[in-house]
Amino acid sequence: MEVLQRRPSTYDILRIHGVDRRSFLKFCTQSAAAIGLSAALVPKVVEAMEKKPRIPVIWLHGLECTCCSESFIRSSHPIAQDIVLNLISLDYDDTLQAAAGFQVEEIRKKVMKEYKGEYILAVEGNAPTNDGGVYCTIGGESFLNILKETAKDCKAIVAWGSCASNGCVQAAKPNPTGAKPVYKLISDKPVINVPGCPPIAEVMTGVLTYILTFGELPELDRQGRPKMFYAQRIHDKCYRRPFFDAGQFVEAWDDEGAKKGWCLYKMGCRGPTTFNSCSTVKWNCGVSFPIQSGHGCIGCSEEGFWDNGPFYQRLSNIPVPGIESTPDSIGKTLTVLSGAGIAAHLVSVAARKGVRGLTSKPEPVSSSDAAVKQPEE
Amino acid sequence: MGKRVVVDPVTRIEGHLRVEAMLDDKGVVKDAISSGTMWRGIEVILQGRDPRDAWAFVERICGVCTTVHALASVRAVENAVGIKVPANADIVRNIMFLTQYVQDHVIHFYHLHALDWVDVVSALKANPGATATLAQKVSPSWPTASPGYFSDIQSTVKKFVESGQLGIFQNAYWGHPAYKLPPEANLMAVAHYLEALQWQKEIIKIHTVFGGKNPHPNYLVGGVPVSFNLNGDNAINMERLNLVHDLIKGAAAVVEQLYLPDLLAIASFYPEWTKIGGGLGNFMSYGDVPQNGIGDPTKFRIPRGVVLNKNLADVLPIDHADSNQIREEVAHSWYSYPADVKALHPWDGITQPNYTGPKPPYQTLDENGAYSWVKSPRWKGHAMEVGPLSRMLVGFASGRTDYKEVVTEALGKLKVGPEALFSTLGRTAARGLETRLAVKWLADEYDKLIANLKAGDTSTANTAQWEPSSWPADCKGFGAEEAPRGALGHWIHIKDKKIFNYQIVVPSTWNASPKDNAGQKGAYEAALLGTPMADSAKPLELLRTIHSFDPCLACATHVLSPEGDELAKVVVR
Repeated sequence: MEVLQRRPSTYDILRIHGVDRRSFLKFCTQSAAAIGLSAALVPKVVEAMEKKPRIPVIWLHGLECTCCSESFIRSSHPIAQDIVLNLISLDYDDTLQAAAGFQVEEIRKKVMKEYKGEYILAVEGNAPTNDGGVYCTIGGESFLNILKETAKDCKAIVAWGSCASNGCVQAAKPNPTGAKPVYKLISDKPVINVPGCPPIAEVMTGVLTYILTFGELPELDRQGRPKMFYAQRIHDKCYRRPFFDAGQFVEAWDDEGAKKGWCLYKMGCRGPTTFNSCSTVKWNCGVSFPIQSGHGCIGCSEEGFWDNGPFYQRLSNIPVPGIESTPDSIGKTLTVLSGAGIAAHLVSVAARKGVRGLTSKPEPVSSSDAAVKQPEE
Repeated sequence: MGKRVVVDPVTRIEGHLRVEAMLDDKGVVKDAISSGTMWRGIEVILQGRDPRDAWAFVERICGVCTTVHALASVRAVENAVGIKVPANADIVRNIMFLTQYVQDHVIHFYHLHALDWVDVVSALKANPGATATLAQKVSPSWPTASPGYFSDIQSTVKKFVESGQLGIFQNAYWGHPAYKLPPEANLMAVAHYLEALQWQKEIIKIHTVFGGKNPHPNYLVGGVPVSFNLNGDNAINMERLNLVHDLIKGAAAVVEQLYLPDLLAIASFYPEWTKIGGGLGNFMSYGDVPQNGIGDPTKFRIPRGVVLNKNLADVLPIDHADSNQIREEVAHSWYSYPADVKALHPWDGITQPNYTGPKPPYQTLDENGAYSWVKSPRWKGHAMEVGPLSRMLVGFASGRTDYKEVVTEALGKLKVGPEALFSTLGRTAARGLETRLAVKWLADEYDKLIANLKAGDTSTANTAQWEPSSWPADCKGFGAEEAPRGALGHWIHIKDKKIFNYQIVVPSTWNASPKDNAGQKGAYEAALLGTPMADSAKPLELLRTIHSFDPCLACATHVLSPEGDELAKVVVR
């Protein structure tokens, strides 16, 4: 710990930036609010920020599209600039790094050595495992080996986005490169999964600031996701939910229902089976989220969502309104129970409304259809 | 005997790129290869899926140029099936498209490219008062330009450096002799780097309004997913339109008062870079921003055409459906074709991965063998450069007054002739100049949208052929687009309502392509030739030229699919 104390804390850095105590306390209050903490916990945030050094972060990129980095820099509270300059020490990141080539690889090795056991490993993308990992190499080395090597001495791993958390698009069938998410490759380190394609910016910064502030990982669910952002289905908090309950649905693109903002369930919306914060935190500083802009949720934070299509085919196995469940309890039983549940719901709504057509049975569902899946053990 | 310089990873780009440059005794690049070192297989994954879902898969090819593949994909499906989208859908797509241009180009300039020209550490020596004077001279209307402001920025940098934790700025090339800006210009640029970082999260809210999120907003075959209901509370109404309108106005200010003045100011210190990095001399643009539907390229705001051998007197036409025009070769790529096949049009594309490179970890690649996951697309056998410079030149050569005006004005300010365009700096300047056009067009498209709504047209989707049962049993289509990084094409073959084959040829495939059958280099490789390096251990000069193309390697090395074939076993030697 002696090593840690010699390094500047967030407060030290802010102070030498000319930030006074009053502004610092304000900053702490805002940071606490950003991660959903009550005012009573602000002193704890202040204490943490005064004592903790800027945590070194190595941000690796494997098979990915960089949408997670792009999302990250869109964060509105705190803004990316504050995180990169004041909260963490982003020591390695191919996307923003000034240096290139061997100078970059030197940095990675240096951080691994000097901050052994202390640095956070952020992983964007995943590793191809087929054919010796030749489908992704950096500096002539396979990403698979780089990931394993860098994970060895890290404190914890943040798996950004669906690629790192659950495989995402390159792991969709037939997964030509054998792409595997981080938790399937690294078993001896804590891995926090932050799924989504990409994850919401404020969810990303919320997770990082939580770790920095409290020096520990936030509470995770069985899929390794932070409960503060992934405990509820989009459907549960969707502002169009009353239309679902009332049986008012968009039946075709740009129809009268679409213009009135009715429920998109019949257009294939995955909100009922997707655990994420889109309907609460929303996107890009709360401007909107997919359903608000007229398109159903495609379920981009759920494991295997690419293979749960076609996206415009309505779900037939969604939870029954009124029955509360969480990702921990919902499990595999959902697949069995909810098909009947949604059919029953539609029948009852149709009966209430006397609407013809809604009583038709849901389409048959294959076993790979949109059930909430458990991570592979 | 010269030296071999390896840069891997090339940073401040999207994806994984490796460059190996061979230097002569004087430290000048005499040969170079570029290698894409990642491959994901997205086109293979698309086979057998619902074509209406394809946009979402291909959008994930790239999160930096998010939206561009989604747009090309819906265009390809609509072209195959024969769907004509409503006028409002074209306008909303144009607004999202131009928003992407503006955001992408500004981010590229400040966050991916500027550090090649701007020495952050030198900013510590600047006089804040003199910096304010410089900033007010360069851009009289930009508000944050006081001595106190620059003094604050400088102390932020100073304390950051003194903290010893340099983060993304460590181990870079600060103090390199190729940095020429005075300290004040460096400080101004650092301040604007931070301002642009804050602004980029605003402009993309236009995508959020129309597509629900960014990165990766939603698209729709047959139109756009949003509806207009001006008197409703749950669709695009006046509040939403006002937000879009304000963001467009804000973007115009950033481009005209921050980006362009900074670009010209920085460029004026690097006149030698108008003579370096010219490259192939062949330029291609597919054109975009349709004014009369995607089927009428004569009415595009960005014109379509090819300029060969720097000949601005002649603009040649492009036909995406002609199997003799756009064809891909694999002579130096890690793929194999059947023995008698040398080049294939995307509709007939085959991709058989065949890794013959060294087993990782490796030190160098062999330029005489295969050395990249990027294929070599060629137009009528010619290697082509695509991107902003190509568009500027095609627009200029097509006689378009809007293009001529911005080019002539910039050349005049820099006191250089048109030949200066064929260079690293020309490429970087062209990106800024077309951003000027893009913000103007953005406002024009918004006005068109309002005019349509005023006239009572609120339609956003054509659903007549939404159901696959209405489609032909077998059909082919293409979606051509002029993405921020250049010409992008998606080719689709739909059989029995499913994707039978899907092929993508992206801008960075053209630019990052390895040598072809005839030994012709790709655009990066050609542009690196003749680049002088002051210090072979610090590849700053190579980065300048490579970054001037704005590489996007996730795009370049997506992948191509055999028609239902299984992927070949990779041979590791």
